[in-house]
Parts: sequence; C-alpha cells; structure tokens
Amino acid sequence: MELLGFGATGWGDDLLRGAALTLQLAIVSLAIGLSLGLLLALAKLSRFAPLRWLAQGYTLFIRGVPEFLILLLAFFGTEKAVAAIAQLVNLQGDIDVPKFAAAVGGLSAIFAAYGCEVIRGAWLAVPKGQIEAGHSVGLTHWQIFHRIRLPQLWRIALPGLGNLWLVMLKDTSLAAVLAIDELLRVAKVAGEVTRQPLIFLLAAGAIYLVLTAVSDKMRATFEARANRGMAR
Amino acid sequence: MSAYQDLKYALSDGVCYAAQGVTPESFATYCSRYVDGFLVTIELLALSSILGLCIGTLVAVARVSTRPVLRRGAWAWSYIFRGTPLLVQLWIVYYGLGSLGPERLGILWPLFKSGWAVGLVVLTINTSAYIAEILRGGLSSLPVGQLEAALSAGMSRAMAMRRILLPQAFRVAWPAYGNELILLMKGSALVSTITVMDLMGQTRSVFARGYSLETYLYSAVLYSLLAIILTLGLKAVERRLNVG
Repeated sequence: MELLGFGATGWGDDLLRGAALTLQLAIVSLAIGLSLGLLLALAKLSRFAPLRWLAQGYTLFIRGVPEFLILLLAFFGTEKAVAAIAQLVNLQGDIDVPKFAAAVGGLSAIFAAYGCEVIRGAWLAVPKGQIEAGHSVGLTHWQIFHRIRLPQLWRIALPGLGNLWLVMLKDTSLAAVLAIDELLRVAKVAGEVTRQPLIFLLAAGAIYLVLTAVSDKMRATFEARANRGMAR
Repeated sequence: MSAYQDLKYALSDGVCYAAQGVTPESFATYCSRYVDGFLVTIELLALSSILGLCIGTLVAVARVSTRPVLRRGAWAWSYIFRGTPLLVQLWIVYYGLGSLGPERLGILWPLFKSGWAVGLVVLTINTSAYIAEILRGGLSSLPVGQLEAALSAGMSRAMAMRRILLPQAFRVAWPAYGNELILLMKGSALVSTITVMDLMGQTRSVFARGYSLETYLYSAVLYSLLAIILTLGLKAVERRLNVG
C-alpha cells in the first residue's frame, strides 16, 4: 500500500501528476477539436460542393482508421516534419519531437471528425421557421447565428459531445505508447520499477473510472442547465 | 490447427502474388506481412464480436432482471468496462495479471502468457459491456404491454425474453451495434501493444525497419477497406431485419 503513498518512496503523487497531464491532453484537444469540428460542420453544410466532399472524405477516413494508427501517424509525421525543418534551417544536434503537440493534433483530429456530425445534426435540428422569423424581423446573418442558432445548437449537441468527450478522455491513454508521461505511462513505469505492475495498472484504471464518472456527472449538470426552461 | 495456418499462408501468398506489379513497391515488398496481420485482425474481430454478442446479450438480460443482485452485477460490468480505456484493460490483464507468473496462475497461465488470447478475452469483455448497454436501450424502448401480454399468455419471463422482447430489441439496436463493431475493429489495433502481430503489429514492425510514413498509410487503407466491408455487410443484414 505504501507504494501508492505520497512523498519520496510512494508513487501516488506521480500518478496524480500523470492524471493531470491526461486531463490537460483531453481538455486542450477538446478545445481544438470542437473548433475544427465546427469548421468541418460548416464545410459539410456549405453550398460549395468540393468543400462538402472534402469534409465528407475526411470524416470517412478518420472513422475507418484506428485511433491508435492516427496517433502514431501524427507522432511520426510531426517527427519527420520537425527533422525536415531542422535540416532546412541547418540546425545541428538532437531536437526533441513536440510529443504533446503531436498527441493533441491526433486526438483533436479524431474528435473533430466525430464532433462535426453532432454539430451538423444539431444545426439542422433548429427549426427553419425560427431562422425565417429572424430574417423577417430584420436580423443580420451573424445575429441569427449567435442569437438564435448557437444557443440552441449547444443544447441539442450537448449529449453527443459529452459522449465524444468520454471517448476522447479514454483515448488519451494511447499517448502512453508515444512515451508521454500521462496516467497510464506513469503507472506502467512505476510497475516496472517496483516490479508490481498489477497494483499500479489497477490504480490507473481506478483513476480513469473516477475521471469518467465525474465527467458523466458534469455532463448531466450541463444538460440540466442547457435544458432549463424547456418542456419535457 | 496447422491446416488452418497453411490456409492463411496460402491466402496471403495468393493475394500478394496478385498484388505484385499493381501495388507500389514499398507495399509489395512487405505485402505478406500486411496480409498476415490483416488475417489476424479479422480472426480476432470475428471471434470477439460473436463471443461479445453472446455475453453482451446475457448481461443485457441480467440488467432488466427481477433479481437485484443480477441487475447490480450487470450494471457494474457495463460501468467498469465502459468507464476505463481499452488499453488499460489490456495492460492490466497482460502485464498486470500476467506478472503473477505460472506458480500463482496455475492452469490459467497459458492464457495469460499469450498476447493473442489476452487480446481476445479483453476485446470480448470490452465489447460485451457496450453491446449490453445498446441492447438494454433496445429493450427499454419496447412498450411494457408486450411483456405483460406475453406473461398473461402463459409464457415464462425467459421465453418472453427470447421470443418476444430480444428479437425486437436486436432490430432496434442493430444500427448502434454496427457502430460498435467498427469501434471494436479500430480498438483491436491496440492488441499490437501486447505483442500480437495483427495488422497494426505488422505495420509497426515494418515501420521500424524502413521508417517510412507510407507504411502507416497502407495500413490505414487496409483498415478503411475493412470498415467499408463491415459497413456494407451490416447494411445488408439491416435490410433483412427490416423485412415485414
């Protein structure tokens, strides 16, 4: 048990630091993934056909390919790009690959592909009459977007986005394979050092369970808030 | 078993012979490795999806059971396996439980020693938890009157479940099950982290040799191909389910 304690001999603080990095990874990817997802959704709703095809092709690709592969592709792609740039500007010596950025890139690319479908669905779920009503009282396009569409978009998209958040939170564990010191990797290393892998991996599993449980509770709260004033 | 292995080798030889010349050289060189891996992925996917469907159905039925113990057990099953990452589950069993060694694991040791077997068991359990949740949704979408009618016609609960409720629940749940199958396929790539030479495992080892990004792109194409085949197959079944 003292293995999981805090301080010099225990790994408890290391595990918590790993969990913090896990959350960081997930939150940064959420922010970027959501923005990309909105852009992709707009591309899919666009009147310009090639833009629609491009977005469609992108989601098809991401949905059919393992998350793990996408993360590895992002990681090694970044590595190659960094090396190429270093050669271009004639830098000498070893250069660290921005692992965290690569993982965020991969995770948010995945989130965006799924998120754009949720956002697109929510966009279309706002009744057309409301938009026409907005036009007829003389609102501009922008006003219609942020006064009428966006507030309702949020409410409709929330359950789907909440699901995707849970999926992504769990996907951050793949970053352990890229040697990023998030929760799972810390647990793996601790298990190797102390020769007690079972304890540490179970502890990591328990922490993930807490993270997803708390996320689920928060999602319920957000949904209740977004739905206030709505008839059931 | 060896006849089966021979069949797999013959298949990969045949495919690669045909692929020669029409595929880029960097693919053709390692073609048999990709195809071998592809077959292992399909193998794992087929077994775990069928076993997972069976276990998932049992868990879903337990979820709506009249016995609180079963209900709670089934809830915990879904909650734990859906609430933790698949990779963590794989590592807990392979590196964690596996570290207990042959003395403490006894007759279970051969199972824990083999990455393939651990992968199959964990994928099965993981997908069963998701399937149970999907089926439970299907079951709860059915009107209560159906169960009541079946019971008052003299059916036992088990029979009503088997003949009346589950078939309808499957029909409702099928599209969601299709999604889960694709997710299972993508999740199966993680078994490469516990030494299994599935498509991802082969890809990573080919990549380690030549260090060229194309390796991952070829693999992505193969995975997409599998996803497309699965999607088409699922659609075909869906059309059949909706007959009548």
